[in-house]
Amino acid sequence: MIKARVIVTLKSGVLDPQGKAIEAALRGLDFSGVGSVRQGKVFDIEIEGSDRAKAEADLKEMCDRLLANTVIENYSIAIT
Amino acid sequence: MKSAVIQLPGLNRDRDMIAALTKVSGKAPVTVWQTETELPDVDLIVIPGGFSYGDYLRCGAIAARMPVMRAVAEKAKQGVLVMGVCNGFQILMEAGLLPGALMRNASLKFVCREVKLSVANANTAFTRAYAPGQVIRCPVAHHDGNFFADPETLARIEGEGQVVFRYAEGTNPNGSINDIAGIVNEAGNVLGLMPHPENLIEAAHGGMDGRPLFEGILGKAA
Repeated sequence: MIKARVIVTLKSGVLDPQGKAIEAALRGLDFSGVGSVRQGKVFDIEIEGSDRAKAEADLKEMCDRLLANTVIENYSIAIT
Repeated sequence: MKSAVIQLPGLNRDRDMIAALTKVSGKAPVTVWQTETELPDVDLIVIPGGFSYGDYLRCGAIAARMPVMRAVAEKAKQGVLVMGVCNGFQILMEAGLLPGALMRNASLKFVCREVKLSVANANTAFTRAYAPGQVIRCPVAHHDGNFFADPETLARIEGEGQVVFRYAEGTNPNGSINDIAGIVNEAGNVLGLMPHPENLIEAAHGGMDGRPLFEGILGKAA
């Protein structure tokens, strides 16, 4: 079993209203040092077998075809 | 004119769309479930609004990967008219049939109200029954209608006249770039828009400003 974590984040330059709202809320909790907050998504995916190269290729395709909208999002893949 | 309405779990504006198409064309559309791999021979395919798959992952993302959407893409390539309203617009974008992305409203609030739209391009198969620049009333109801495109894409669609509807008179409800409310693809046969013209087609709705959209389509594909 291969375990992977995929992180999807908004590209820089894409406005993130949810991140902005969280940022304002953190400042409201008196965390005065908060610069900016960007919200993203995490997917923990289990893949059967032990072929890491194939898993990595599959994960990349999963990101391109479904997990990320590459118009507005970037992704990173970590296999543990 | 023959039309088809795509149905997916979580879409809830399909009945309004079927009623509008039936009323304006005099003929009920065929309904097509998401698992179908072929579409009937029709002049117009409509993806209505709602919350397909509960808006999980991203609005329209999962719906766009269902088998019927491959058939829709094939028909779009052949030149059949395709219209997506609200969630239908999001689905068409996620399916890669329209450029850009629709993000969370800038206000972070679900917006359900009437807006004003100006007809930015009256020279499409969808908008020909409107006058250029005409301002119409139309309801919106969405959480993720904030149109975004990278600068090159935006310049291209603006330059090619692909922006068809803009929010007018300061009524932009979601923060969309350039007040964009609806766009067509490069070929002009695929339209996506956030507002709901199907909910303003008869006097009982309180207005008929959405009706020319359907009449224009009928004129093209009668």
